[in-house]
Amino acid sequence: MTTAASATEPGTTRGSGASPSRFSPANLFRTYGALIAIAVLAYLLLVWAPGTLTPFRLGNLGKYCCWAIAAVGIGLAWGRGGMLVMGQGVFFGLGGYIMAMHMKLEAAGPGEVPDFMSLYGNGTMPFWWEPFRSGTVTLIAVIVVPLLVSFLLGYAILKRGVKGAYFAILTQALAVAFATLLIATINETGGFNGLNSFRTFFGQKLNKDTKVDLYMMAAGFLILCLVVVWQLYRSRFGELLVATRDAEARVRFLGYDPANTKLIAFVVAAVMASIGGALFTPIVGIISPSNVDAAASIMLLAGVALGGRATLMGPAVGAIAVGYGQSTLSESFPTTWTYFQGALFIVVMLLLPGGFASLGTKLKGLVAGRSAASRASMATKPTVGAEAVA
Amino acid sequence: MTASFLGEDYLEIRNLTVDFDGFKAVEGVDITLLQGRLHFLIGPNGAGKTTLVDALTGLVGGTGEARFRNRDLLAMKSNEIVRLGIGRTFQTATVFEELSVLQNLDIADGIHRKALSRIRARRKVSERVEETLEAIGLTELVDTPAGILAHGQKQWLEVGMLLVQEAQVMFLDETVAGMSPEEREETGDLLRRIAPDRTIVIIEHDMEFMRTFADFVTVMHAGKVLAEGTVAEIQADPRVQEVYLGTAMEVELDA
Repeated sequence: MTTAASATEPGTTRGSGASPSRFSPANLFRTYGALIAIAVLAYLLLVWAPGTLTPFRLGNLGKYCCWAIAAVGIGLAWGRGGMLVMGQGVFFGLGGYIMAMHMKLEAAGPGEVPDFMSLYGNGTMPFWWEPFRSGTVTLIAVIVVPLLVSFLLGYAILKRGVKGAYFAILTQALAVAFATLLIATINETGGFNGLNSFRTFFGQKLNKDTKVDLYMMAAGFLILCLVVVWQLYRSRFGELLVATRDAEARVRFLGYDPANTKLIAFVVAAVMASIGGALFTPIVGIISPSNVDAAASIMLLAGVALGGRATLMGPAVGAIAVGYGQSTLSESFPTTWTYFQGALFIVVMLLLPGGFASLGTKLKGLVAGRSAASRASMATKPTVGAEAVA
Repeated sequence: MTASFLGEDYLEIRNLTVDFDGFKAVEGVDITLLQGRLHFLIGPNGAGKTTLVDALTGLVGGTGEARFRNRDLLAMKSNEIVRLGIGRTFQTATVFEELSVLQNLDIADGIHRKALSRIRARRKVSERVEETLEAIGLTELVDTPAGILAHGQKQWLEVGMLLVQEAQVMFLDETVAGMSPEEREETGDLLRRIAPDRTIVIIEHDMEFMRTFADFVTVMHAGKVLAEGTVAEIQADPRVQEVYLGTAMEVELDA
């Protein structure tokens, strides 16, 4: 086996011979067309929006971008990995609360204790707040804490082969437990009210300019996450992830441990949710249990499902659209928005399980589907061609 | 171990029993699988053929021993067994429907790559994959999603995945079921070509296919090995005839 492997290392490409279409313009577009889509979104978010929108609208868009960052991760875990992550609020919350703790300590001043601790309690600060006085520790923690938590959770869940509805319910329960824990610990986490009244963000007063900067960071991270996921989708890992989603047993019998593949997707999704949460806190100015509980987790999912969970752009655009819809429509029809959102979700799931992103393919498929299938069957070896069709 | 085994792969199954809460799906089975011959595993439905393969590939637990290259397969996990050089197909063709033929084979090829290399996109197609595409006759369909392949082509793709992963032992579960006579012929020829370097076990209900291509046959019945031998020996065995009596296969066997 080793000799065969080493013999095929260098210069084994036979280029065009086997597959004439592999380097065709169509294939190049399939690979790099996605980059164009990312570039268009980058232009809209980083150039067009700051020059056009009012500061208030820009702040809202920043909030949607934070959700979209988490949504991009959900697209990876759910759309490509088949893991219905119904508790991403936990990781969104970890990032959000870690950032909020730092900003609370910054507002309190060196050596001081956040205001709410004196208000609700006896004014002593839990020891685990202390490290978050440091901005560096906070930034590292935003990445490392969800990474470790998701790794441990994912390892325990996925190595046991928990999947499907059981996985979904388990992650959902985690979000419920997380929110319940936050509400129950009013002295440590601000409880139901969450953490708010921040003054500065890493030394910068939270004025108009800082808010634009924060928006740019959220939009920038969204674009960055899209590029990361684009690379993951086109990599062999991305192919393996889809393979694991669709036929786990087959993957196992090709020598892979499916749990490892899914675990990586789960951890990446968790870290992305945490980054989204960490930016959400300074942009919105508050993080509370209602931003991270089961309902919030499902709202994150809704955007992904509507946009198209298995696509690159679908989750991001879907999350922004749902966020926008929530703000705009709920301003005009505060009572009916929830129903509208629910109805939209049901209709899309029934008629377009692949989300809005699949609309084009679906229409094209209706026209071309049959002919493509028969072409593939016909193209087999002449001797067996007739039988293959029959 | 006799001298003739030296330098050749073989898989030795001794006293293998699979117990499902008291129901012994496989009981005290002894089979030696040798490299270089097409070994057919036949028997009526429920004889324990697939369960036997499931036990050898880590899908169900079993007691006894199954030695391959000095490792006991019964004590190993599926993905470890695969890395030892053992591959299998399933009764229903299991390919990655949304991925292309090339991507399917490339994932099988991953067993020869380092895990970290997965982070990058594929730049070139390995020679193993190219050769396999040729061998299974799917070169023209390399970019076709596996989901829209014809039934026989999916089966070939699955065999191709085993070839790419360089499985030294292949368990093929009813690979020619649902294939046309021509496709069966081609499949049989393909298996003949690859057999000399490999240990190939074929679970089969198609007696015609078995008669044409089998080098050695093991007949299972009610979880036990009923008879072993060449096609002629099996056909002459009165116990085998009895098991198949009254079934459609009996007629074929006697023919």
